[in-house]
This record gives sequence, C-alpha cells and structure tokens, in this order.
Amino acid sequence: MIRVENLSKSFGKNEVLSNISTQISKGEVVAIIGPSGSGKSTFLRCLNVLETPSSGKILVENHDLTDSKTPIYKMRQQIGMVFQHFHLFPHMTVLENLTYAPIKAKGMKKQTAEQSAKNLLLKVGLSEKESSYPSSLSGGQKQRVAIARALAMEPELMLFDEPTSALDPEMVKEVLEVMKDLAKTGMTMIVVTHEMGFAREVADRILFLDHGVLLEEGQPNDFFTNPKTERAKDFLDKIL
Amino acid sequence: MNLDFGQITPYIPFMLEGIWVTLKFVFVALIFGFILGTLLALCKIGSIRLLNWFAIVYTSIFRGTPLILQLMIFYFAIPQLTGYDISPFLSAILAFGLNSAAYISEIIRAGIQAVDKGQTEAAMALGIPYKQMMKDIILPQAFKNILPALMNEVITLTKESALVSTISVLDLMRRAQVVGSDIYRSFEPLLFVGFIYWLMVFVLSSIGKVIEGRLKVSD
Repeated sequence: MIRVENLSKSFGKNEVLSNISTQISKGEVVAIIGPSGSGKSTFLRCLNVLETPSSGKILVENHDLTDSKTPIYKMRQQIGMVFQHFHLFPHMTVLENLTYAPIKAKGMKKQTAEQSAKNLLLKVGLSEKESSYPSSLSGGQKQRVAIARALAMEPELMLFDEPTSALDPEMVKEVLEVMKDLAKTGMTMIVVTHEMGFAREVADRILFLDHGVLLEEGQPNDFFTNPKTERAKDFLDKIL
Repeated sequence: MNLDFGQITPYIPFMLEGIWVTLKFVFVALIFGFILGTLLALCKIGSIRLLNWFAIVYTSIFRGTPLILQLMIFYFAIPQLTGYDISPFLSAILAFGLNSAAYISEIIRAGIQAVDKGQTEAAMALGIPYKQMMKDIILPQAFKNILPALMNEVITLTKESALVSTISVLDLMRRAQVVGSDIYRSFEPLLFVGFIYWLMVFVLSSIGKVIEGRLKVSD
C-alpha cells in the first residue's frame, strides 16, 4: 500500500535521511525506532509530505506523493496523522475538532459527521467530553481526541509521531491501549516510538534508523533478541 | 479665568452632530483598512515573491509618511492630477483606510505568525485546503491574540480622525472650531468636544473588553 524508493532529505547541507527504501503492506503495524536525531520523525513526516523529500519517491496506492501533479490534499485525507503535541484546534470543542475536516474538506453531511464522531469518542472513551474545549483535557485525553480526529477522516493509513512522548507517565497507557485496539481492527499503522514494550507487542515489523540510514528491518522478536548491527545492539543495551 | 459654558449651550446640538460624522467615517475607514490589512498580511506571509514585495513596499510608504500629508495628497493633489473633484469625505476614507491597512497588516502578520506552527501542520495533515485553514483555523486564533493591538488601532484612528477638520469635513473637531470662531471663545467648545472624544474612546475600549472576554471561553 505504501512504497518508499530511495528517499533522501536534506536541510541545507545537513542530510537527515539518506536513501531509504521500504514497503509497507495493508494492515501492517510498523514501529520506527532509533536514537534521537536519527531522522525517524522526518521520515514519518515525509510520508504525508509535511516535509518535501529532496529526492526519491513515495507511492501510496500507486500515487506518487512527490509528483507535483498528485492532488496532495486529497491524498492527505487518506493518511491520518497523530502528533507528539496533539495540535488540537483550541478554539473548537472536542466534537468540532472531530467533525471540522470531514465536513469542510471531505464534504460529509453534518449529521453523518457528528454521528461518526460520537462513535469514535465512545471508542476512545471520551463521550462525556464532546462539548469540552481542548484546554480542559489532560494530555492523555487530548491525544485520544487527536487520534479520534484523525480517524474521523476514515483514513487508509495512520501515522503516529511519538504519540506518548509528551505525556505524563501515568497517561501513556490509556493512549497505547487505544492504539492497540486500533491495530486489532486491521488499520495500517506507522508509529515512531520510544515505547519498546509497545513496539515489541503490537508491531509486525521494526524499522531501525540511525543517522538517517535504515540500518535494520525485521520482526520484533528477532530484532529485540538478536539485533544484527552493532548500532542496534548499542541502542537496545542503553534503553532496555 | 472667565469660563462660561452657558455660551455654548445653543451650539451643543450642532457639535453633537459631529459625533455621527466622525463615527461614520472612522467606521468605514476601519472596515476598509481591516479587509485590506488582512489581505496585505496574507501577502506578507505567503510564498509569492511579487506579493511579498508589494506588501512590504506598501507598508513602508504608508507608515513612513505623515498621515496629514497623505490626506492632503488625496484631497488636493488627486483633483489636480486627474480632474476628478473628490469629496472631502471620500478622500478622508481613502487616506485613513489605506493608512490603517498598513498598520493593521503588521498587527495581523504578527498574530498569524504567533499561532503555533503545529496548527498549520495538523490542518495540512487532515487535508484541509489552504483557504479554509486560514479562515477557520489560523485567523480566528490569530484574531484572538491581536485583539488588544487592534483595539489600540481603533482608538488611534478615532482620535486621529480629527485631522480631517483640515480638509473641511464637518467632524467634531471642525465643529468646535466653527463654534469657537462664532462666539470668540475657544476654550469651552474645545473642552466640550474633548470630553466627547474621551467618551467615545471609553465606550470603544469597553466594547473591546467585552469581546475579549467572550473569546476567552475556550481558554
């Protein structure tokens, strides 16, 4: 469903990603891990062209996102994204956060959008918060709303950019639970994370990035018990 | 000290009519300035070079020259140049509107840039088109931040509007002068309209505070 070919990205002279190629199939859950500054987030942000790749191709369902003729807004509607710092719209209620894009960008009927938003809020356990403003929610609640907001567009693919890194420790679990439930529904997910437990338990595949290079790719069990590269061994020694 | 406010009593209705003239012209100039200022701000933050350049030069000219000079140019120089006999009211609106657009564009630009970049990214990631993102997501948040600065601009404009008395618009200020020369006393009519100006600004800033309070609902 998504194919990355020789993706490179530089900021000025600084090469952040070099020559990454990989393929992710429908329903797969992929965890991207690696030291900070390794280019994980940049890689993820290239996948919906929040960063424009310097070279290489990104094909989603055979549409090349790097081709300027591809209608990027339409493509992004199929790619949900969850950010480290939530980025909910502060001047809208929780329900409005969920229904704005489906109504305004996708042309969904207001009633339909509200109904499906309410279903999603039920799934992430926040039904009682639908008319609250984001400022009154805890970090964990905000992130669950952000996940529901992305899902409200009925995407084919979900990107998570360190979704639990900005949360207080006691709120990490509630967000991870929502993500686990989502994985069980067969959603294709690409997750940049530092939660090794989550990566090991939920991911079908691990991508290990270091200095912008895709060093290792493999099953979680193989990767965590028997990493092939020195760098991955070092990294795992430090964090586990 | 021989103050005698009794002398201006018959002229009070005449002077009060000036409130309407002043308010009408401030209101129109402000709407004009606000719309143009928003467009200029969008030109400044956009990626089209020609528009960036235009907005910057525009702001530089209108902020860099005295307002009274701009007013004179519209009122005296344009008829000379084009033969079109411009009314004092229209030239005042043009000068004040174009002038405040320059200031307002800077206020709005700063307001837009102060909105968290994550908001733009979240909107982009949801596939929301640029125009709607600006209209419904970025500008409402920017507007909330800049309301005090905008209020300041409204107050400045209201007071500066007294400049139009120099091109014979019968505004509050001009009426005070007319009355002054009629009764050979300047102090009382000037003090009277001074109070009216203060009152108008007081009401305006109170309205501003109410709006600010309303926008705080989501905090």
